[in-house]
Amino acid sequence: MGVGALSVWEKSSTARVMPPARPRKLAKVPFVELADGRLQGVVSSGSDIGRVYVSSVAARTYAFACSTNNNRPCGGARGMFCKHIQALVGEAVLQYGAERVARYLAVETPDGEPDARSLTAVMTAARPVLGDSSAAAQVFSRFLRQLAYLELDAVTAPLPEMQWFPPTRAVA
Amino acid sequence: MRGDLLSDPVEGLDEALAAVDAFDEALVAGLLRPGPAQAAAVAGLADAVAGTPLASRVAEAAGRASAGAAGEDHYVALAAARCALLGSVHDALTLRIDEAVGRPAAEDGAAGAGPGAAAADPGTNLLAAARSWLCDLARGGWRGIDHELVAGAVPVVSAMLPDPGLRRRATLLDGFAAELAASCPGATLERVPVRRWADLWSRALLLTVPGSAGDRSAAAVTGRLLPLGVDVQEHATAVQAQIHAVFEPADGGAPRLVRAGVSAPKPDTVVGAGLWQLLRPRMSLLGAVSEGRSMELDAMPVTAEGDLLWDDERARPGEPADAFATARVMLSTATAARVAPLDRHPVRIAVPVLLEGYTARSEEGRLVFDLAGQLLAVDTDRVPAAGPLTPEAVAASHACVGLLRWDAGEFLLQPLAVEATVRKKAVAAHAGAWAGGTTDKAGVRAEKAATDAVAVLRERAGRLLRK
Repeated sequence: MGVGALSVWEKSSTARVMPPARPRKLAKVPFVELADGRLQGVVSSGSDIGRVYVSSVAARTYAFACSTNNNRPCGGARGMFCKHIQALVGEAVLQYGAERVARYLAVETPDGEPDARSLTAVMTAARPVLGDSSAAAQVFSRFLRQLAYLELDAVTAPLPEMQWFPPTRAVA
Repeated sequence: MRGDLLSDPVEGLDEALAAVDAFDEALVAGLLRPGPAQAAAVAGLADAVAGTPLASRVAEAAGRASAGAAGEDHYVALAAARCALLGSVHDALTLRIDEAVGRPAAEDGAAGAGPGAAAADPGTNLLAAARSWLCDLARGGWRGIDHELVAGAVPVVSAMLPDPGLRRRATLLDGFAAELAASCPGATLERVPVRRWADLWSRALLLTVPGSAGDRSAAAVTGRLLPLGVDVQEHATAVQAQIHAVFEPADGGAPRLVRAGVSAPKPDTVVGAGLWQLLRPRMSLLGAVSEGRSMELDAMPVTAEGDLLWDDERARPGEPADAFATARVMLSTATAARVAPLDRHPVRIAVPVLLEGYTARSEEGRLVFDLAGQLLAVDTDRVPAAGPLTPEAVAASHACVGLLRWDAGEFLLQPLAVEATVRKKAVAAHAGAWAGGTTDKAGVRAEKAATDAVAVLRERAGRLLRK
């Protein structure tokens, strides 16, 4: 400990910790996050405009879960990743980049550069089990919380602390 | 600009930062069961402010913290000591910049009332909840964070955000908590952003003291506003655009450097041009910046720190005004306002400058401007993605309007606009050119993508939120 022990990054007030989300189309999968040791998110139902699925895949075990926002299990997610989970993986790769998703879920793809298809292939080959969907309510409420941000007004009083949050052109 | 002054050592800087670094490292492991090194670091922080009015309170707090028995007030005292040290660093660096750019000394003017004189803050119980969460963080340290601990900020932020009087605190806590959440569990983190998190922690903790969020009392100004450029700041769920400008009072007084800011919370998937779309409806100035126009202000409120509290009712479009012309003619005579004592921190340094006659080149993998033999690093990473200004354009430029900043031990230039010569003609590119909208092909595509994204989210919100 002491002077000179810290690297430049450690001594930076504006060190970038989280790369920003990459732009993607939101219609199919309006919410994706890498949180609580899972890739999880909200997937719009293809048939019912008022219904959404909360889907997740756990890091390392790839245990998966999929249920509606009213807590009904998804019929497709029995022995295998359903189409909602596949869509979730695809959109996560768009938002965060395949490498970051692979790192978070601890997936090692055989030949180098991972993509959505190779990630899904490796995880399904591991024969993951159906996990419990108890976190679904929490994920859904986080999605609603972000939606509610759109209802808040812009303000013109200065926020001096935003100086700690410069943009970055770097991506994940 | 005298680049040589920017590379000369600043007296006392290393000593002040060494005390800060040691304290910051103590926060990595947390102060619940401090070891000898941590006790020494906390004592060192107290020693560093021994000659100030904070001395006795910080010494007491350091004593308690060394014994692993610090209460909330003690953590607040330690955060205050750290802020005071970084405030002195800010002041020394600002003085150096004033010398280097040859700017008239900062206005002393109405320094504004100190904290405590402000009206009682709303949401005292929310501030107390935030303080309790922040003190738990300090006890566990960055290595001790887990999802449960970090999630403690969520209800506080949600309750604060809708209240404009608490927006400043909420936005900071939200960005900080999101970073911590993405870094859980702390025990397995590859590396810790040591100074950054200590900065965010101490700033957030001081802002839980009622009255600390600044005095919003403002004077009204009338005259012409000449924009220099736009600085964008964003975290996953918030964005702020600050327009740096020269204000020319109608009564013939000296021109002043001012800022006008607009900010909004956002879902994390609203990015790029979507940021401009959120901010645009609240501030006509963004349109004026895109069009390269000045604006005429009529009794626009401005704080003692030089922040315009923008109100579209008090502004109308003026004559065309080129940022480079403004910088060449007015920048050297415009006076800057002083930063409020609590807000003094090196991260706050953003001094508008005009640089010409440099050569741009790559040095150790990053862009530098060579100013008659003195090198100044250029932070092109800060140039927002949704705009025509690119790192390549900066590298090919011969004139630059930018913000002089300081971070991690060195001065940096953040480009706001550049001029380059293309087929014998001067061509300018501005970071904020798309702020008010654009006809640029890439820009139109980015706007369309952002409009679609927000439309989907609004549709989902309409169906799912009020059930």
